Amino acid sequence: MFLDGYGPLLLAGTWVTIKLALLSLAVAVGLGLLGAWAKLSASWGARLAATAYTTLIRGVPDLVLMLLIFFSMQIYLNDLTDLLGLDPIDIDPFGAGVLTLGFIYGAYFAETFRGAFMAVPYGQMEAATAYGMREFQVFRRVLFPQMMRHALPGIGNNWQVLLKSTALVSLIGLTDLVKVAQDAGNVTFRVFLFISLTGLIYLVLTTLSNGILYWLDRRYSVGVREAQL
Amino acid sequence: MIDVLDQFWRAYLYASNGSPSGMAVTLWLLVLSVSMGFFISIGLAVARVSSRRWLSIPLWAFSYVFRGTPLYVQILFIYSLDFVKGTPPLAAFFQSGFNCLVLALTLNTVAYTTEIFAGAIRATSAGEIEAARAYGMTRFAMYRRVILPSALRRALPAYSNEVILMLHATSLAFTATVPDILKIARDANSATYQTFASYGLAALLYLCLSFALIGLFRRFERRTLAYLGTHR
Repeated sequence: MFLDGYGPLLLAGTWVTIKLALLSLAVAVGLGLLGAWAKLSASWGARLAATAYTTLIRGVPDLVLMLLIFFSMQIYLNDLTDLLGLDPIDIDPFGAGVLTLGFIYGAYFAETFRGAFMAVPYGQMEAATAYGMREFQVFRRVLFPQMMRHALPGIGNNWQVLLKSTALVSLIGLTDLVKVAQDAGNVTFRVFLFISLTGLIYLVLTTLSNGILYWLDRRYSVGVREAQL
Repeated sequence: MIDVLDQFWRAYLYASNGSPSGMAVTLWLLVLSVSMGFFISIGLAVARVSSRRWLSIPLWAFSYVFRGTPLYVQILFIYSLDFVKGTPPLAAFFQSGFNCLVLALTLNTVAYTTEIFAGAIRATSAGEIEAARAYGMTRFAMYRRVILPSALRRALPAYSNEVILMLHATSLAFTATVPDILKIARDANSATYQTFASYGLAALLYLCLSFALIGLFRRFERRTLAYLGTHR
């Protein structure tokens, strides 16, 4: 039989990987915007906190952070429930994986967004304020759309790295694509086949996201003149 | 924290029972894969920018595949190669987790570094190449004297990033049973149950290594890119 009946499981694993990557992306973009805002803010406390966040997180391998955050989160939660006399709560590995990946890549996104915010000319914000827009309207209508154009190459890079680092969650016990493929390979003694297939699926995912990024780039670059070389 | 430090600081940093420390293994992995990757990539980058398509297209495919799949999957892939078992020398090579890991790390860094170097070579200004041709240099002499010295300098900022990423990538070593910093942290964790301290120490060591590498590259860049006038 094709794939010894592991086809549906592989698809389910792929779906877990995609969901994990997209949800972590959402968390990371949120944290990244927050971090960039803090880094550019006038308050030195916010700047210090954001700088510590981006520097520390980017200096440590994502795998180490994943093990550190994932396992100690559970232990501290156990201590807390013990202290309060509650039943122990098991952290849902999927949710924890999303939060951990999002927290790690938020640091990378913060740097990307910071650079992009700085690339928007200050006159644009002044003009928006002069039109009587409130601070949030300035952000939504003027700053964000222009910032995105500068941020897109960086976002694309970060997304590709994030997507590939989802392969690591199998090491903290999530049944993602890699884990399913390993199990299937070990049972059927066809590890080579299943691992190659995993690589192929990742390649399809990265190729697809390249296409989407290209489309987004064109969309956000509307009205920008490009010099002909 | 103190327990972990007390019992395991030798294993993290120094040496324990005759086996090299986690730090030493991590650095050795990094030096091996990055230095091999550097020299291979220079050759491949020259081929990658070649106008001969039978040279450049296979290299494009190689780097596309290796940059489009996770390193962890690449390690598992190299582990799962079956055909090597037929030939004794290959079987002996692939039996060692260390060899498999270094092979995977090197292939991975070659894929990224080749693209970095190829980009820098393409950015060489046409005038410099014309001038080199006008002096009657052979292709080899042109690469050695004109293109590579300036291209490698311009590639330095991107290349330093890649080296830091490789340092981080070596933390996958424990999946191939190679005792790097993270493996020691896992041992410390299972011996003391002090998860935060064990992994936190590993994180701290990686942080120090990252900062040391960044500092070294900064110094080096200040020397080699001095002509660009980037005074920081």
